[in-house]
Amino acid sequence: MCSRSTPERAITLSESTGKSGGELRGAAAEALRLRARLLAKAREFFSQRGILEVETPLLSRGVVVDRHLDPPVCRYGSAAGGGEKLYLQTSPEAAMKRLLAAGLGAIYQVAHAFREGERGRLHNPEFTIIEWYRPGLNHHELMDEVGALVSLLLPEHSKDGGWEKLSYRQLFRDRLGIDPMECGTGELGQAAEKLGVELEGEFDWKDRDAWLDLLLSTRLQEDLGNERPVFVYDYPASQAALARLCPEEPRLAERFELYIAGIELCNGYHELLDAAEQRTRFEKANDQRRSDGREPLAPDERLLEALESGLPECSGVALGFDRLVMLALGADSIDEVLPFPFEDV
Amino acid sequence: MATTYGTSDFRKGLRVEFDGDPYLVVECEFRKPGKGSAIYTLKVKNLLNGRVLEKTFRSGDSISGADCHDQKMQYIFNDTKDWHFMDPENYEQYAVSKEQLGDLWKYLVEEMMCEVTFYNGNPITVTPPNHVELEVEYCEPGAKGNTATNVTKPAKVQTGAEIQVPIFIKIGDVLKVDTRTGDYIERVHR
Repeated sequence: MCSRSTPERAITLSESTGKSGGELRGAAAEALRLRARLLAKAREFFSQRGILEVETPLLSRGVVVDRHLDPPVCRYGSAAGGGEKLYLQTSPEAAMKRLLAAGLGAIYQVAHAFREGERGRLHNPEFTIIEWYRPGLNHHELMDEVGALVSLLLPEHSKDGGWEKLSYRQLFRDRLGIDPMECGTGELGQAAEKLGVELEGEFDWKDRDAWLDLLLSTRLQEDLGNERPVFVYDYPASQAALARLCPEEPRLAERFELYIAGIELCNGYHELLDAAEQRTRFEKANDQRRSDGREPLAPDERLLEALESGLPECSGVALGFDRLVMLALGADSIDEVLPFPFEDV
Repeated sequence: MATTYGTSDFRKGLRVEFDGDPYLVVECEFRKPGKGSAIYTLKVKNLLNGRVLEKTFRSGDSISGADCHDQKMQYIFNDTKDWHFMDPENYEQYAVSKEQLGDLWKYLVEEMMCEVTFYNGNPITVTPPNHVELEVEYCEPGAKGNTATNVTKPAKVQTGAEIQVPIFIKIGDVLKVDTRTGDYIERVHR
């Protein structure tokens, strides 16, 4: 028999010593118990709403091509050298959309996702997503469902049990006095400078989205969702790879994000159904990757086939479960809610 | 030769160079919107004057490392302007000015081993041990039997510095002090 210690044993060791070395460095036992309770509650929420739990592969031959997401690459059959190149998914989106196209109806999944190079206070390269899809709902209806779930799981983060919605455009107008769809990069640069952002290195001054990301993530985000959860919706179309465009304003796409206590918790889309348009966006993302000096990625052909065969009208959302546990625990770092952070695997 | 650090090498404790000055990275925050580009924000402390700056980078950017190295040295004496350190291997001596030391002179006792940081061959900062033992030369007498630690009084120690101590401390006591915060930790029984 192997002398493997039980999880309980490992947890006890870490609580008494607080040190690493085969023990639990990240999450203390209490955080893991809280994590389990939250996950059980979430599953009950989905079950009560008739949403089916599914499991899909972590490995895939093609991916949802995104300019800024890098999936780790594996070699299958590499024992003799070479082998087939497979990706570890950056989200379960492609596989779940194939199930939607197959007519499975409302589905959810608790899945691990992988993103290279993402490590920080709120990031671990391997993390847990709760992702779900709702045929027949638009993005505003899905935001309300997300609101119901987070007020159930994080009641302490909403003073009155409610949530707010604010358009991306309104957010920039209210907080910075600029229209993110109209202002040029010069104005965005001035706004950043006024807010005390000191840039180093070779920042691409012509890239509007980079400026908008910079302003949102370093200056606007920390004030979002401190009273109650805040949904920011209708993002620039250039920042919404798989969302449909707003019918009345095609420069915007029907994408939303949820912020609680300054933390980005969810990203959702009113999903794009057009296979040809999706293919064009993947190609464009690969062009941008090449000019950024990143490897182009193989698009998921099976996803594109599924879109061609017909995806039902639907909205979908991904929720960062580790961050949700952080918010419930009042943790400063994602390491506090992970049994073994990346450096410990 | 100084090295170059890419954003993926960024971490707390790196020593880097901006505008010809050496800086210590005291904080490194990685931010990335789920679907957006990564931003790195560094808080860096100027090793020459202690000034702290915040700098923002995008992934793929890089910075030059500062040509710094640390050496274990023994503190030997001061002439009130400069504090002198000696390399125990080759007996070479280096002087660090009181300004460069900041508050650290308060904790330096003769013969103590310290880490001296050199930049381009010149000593710029000193890191004493985290905990040092200092003897009280003078303090007001405290109330006998009062062992409270939340009421404090100043005590002058052998280096000439004043440390806030609990009122039960008396002349001749030896204190353990944290050099990073300047706080009294406990009385040491020798």
